[in-house]
Amino acid sequence: MSIIEQVKQSLSDKIISIEENNNLFKKRFYIEVKKEDVVELTKIMFKDLKFRFITATATELEKYFEIVYHYSYDKTGEVVSLRVKLEDKSNPSIDSITPIFIAAEWIEREMWELIGINFVGHPNLKHLLLADDWPEKNYPLRNK
Amino acid sequence: MKKIIPIGPYHPLQDEPEFFKLYVEGENVVDIDIEIGYNHRGVEKLSETKHYDQVTFLVERICGICSTSHPFAYVNAMENLLGLEVPLRAKCIRTIVGELERIHSHLLWLGLAGHFIGYNTVWMWSWKYRENVCDILELISGNRQHYSMFKIGGVRKDIPQDLIPEVEKLCTNLVAVIDMFKGAVMDDPVIQARLKGVGVLTKEDAINYCVVGPTARASGVDIDVRRDDPYAAYGMIKFNVIVLQNGDVFDKAVVRILEMYESIKIIQQCLDILKTEKGEIEIKIHFIPKGEGLGRHEAPRGEVFHFIKSDGSNRPVRHKIRAPSYMNVASNKVAAVGQTVSDAAITLAAVDPCYCCTERAVILDRNDNIIYRYNDLIKLSQQKTEGLIKKLVKQK
Repeated sequence: MSIIEQVKQSLSDKIISIEENNNLFKKRFYIEVKKEDVVELTKIMFKDLKFRFITATATELEKYFEIVYHYSYDKTGEVVSLRVKLEDKSNPSIDSITPIFIAAEWIEREMWELIGINFVGHPNLKHLLLADDWPEKNYPLRNK
Repeated sequence: MKKIIPIGPYHPLQDEPEFFKLYVEGENVVDIDIEIGYNHRGVEKLSETKHYDQVTFLVERICGICSTSHPFAYVNAMENLLGLEVPLRAKCIRTIVGELERIHSHLLWLGLAGHFIGYNTVWMWSWKYRENVCDILELISGNRQHYSMFKIGGVRKDIPQDLIPEVEKLCTNLVAVIDMFKGAVMDDPVIQARLKGVGVLTKEDAINYCVVGPTARASGVDIDVRRDDPYAAYGMIKFNVIVLQNGDVFDKAVVRILEMYESIKIIQQCLDILKTEKGEIEIKIHFIPKGEGLGRHEAPRGEVFHFIKSDGSNRPVRHKIRAPSYMNVASNKVAAVGQTVSDAAITLAAVDPCYCCTERAVILDRNDNIIYRYNDLIKLSQQKTEGLIKKLVKQK
């Protein structure tokens, strides 16, 4: 069974939608999930299916914030990205995945300071790239 | 009693602006704090203000040493977005430039590592031969660094047919050089005694920290984007991925040395294709559609990752960049703890943190802190090697 079949089976009813690249690059998948399920699904992806965490991209869009968690399956070269929408634009917040694996620590700190998304349960949520005395509530990667 | 040794914000070896706080008890490092951000230039934000062609050159400026790895990953991302396959000739030229860069980057690291443990001859020689690699790059692109070879849809400059034999000859000459370094590092009893078992990153930690590149491969994690998710010409070329098991500094050095042989193999195969392939070197792009693109490249230090979000305009809405050192440097937290202070410097340098700054060191004066300067740490490390040499000589 291909890895993407396994992902579909393991995540089953948690998948809101799945998007595949139809062009030359067949190995790119984007799966939209609910923000409440992220911790559980991350555990499945990292611990059970043995994906490697690449990084996460946070973006401010017109109506919501979006976080895309990129995972790589190195045996066959697929990149599966979990997409989460944070609808509450005034106070974006999501559960931290750092307690599952340490590799997410820096990128969550980065998303917190640059975009202003709060990661609940992060063990060490402090500035990474910006200075410690950076003014509060001033997020460089936000649109305005 | 715990004492703090601040290293940085300029890196002790590569003078890179990172700040390591070593907590030591006596000689032993018991904990480490890593602070980065001293070189944060806001490239991701800047990228949103440039049009797609300009971004290629912007990302080339992220790093001075592996300057082609970011454009490589970026054009991969853009071509993923466009669903575009570039001509074979462009693929081969891209691969050649990428591999030449790997050789000179590994030679540079080897030299610094040699200097750091007191082998200044290794340092002088490897930097001398690194110049030869830069010569080849100059021959191909006109530049020794920042080659400006890449563009979305292909490459900017061709490698003319009459240049191929010369490039081939220069690459073949490099094999003897790598042989020499292989002997100098792998067969030397002092280097073995100095680097084996130092700064071990276990396979479990390597997976947990999601490290990439030679750092991962020295710890037994068998990953290489070139083989796992082939792009450019890598899919049609034969090469080996070097994987070692111990995860110490010695294995990291050996992985890099053996990888240089593979790079030469790859370059030779690409040159062979170029001899017969007479196609175009680029496809003209007139329009970037709405969508998302994701590109990867195995840089000298590991996987570079670029993610582009386009809304159909001429500028990216979001451009996420992740360099390999971002994952690798964090793993120092486990690799350096439990080491002695004299091993800390080479351990911190073993992941080959990306270096692009001029040589500077900072003395931090705080109450109750031991002050080590750049030179002091190198001296400590070199003294340890000297001690080892004396011991070995005595035994004989």
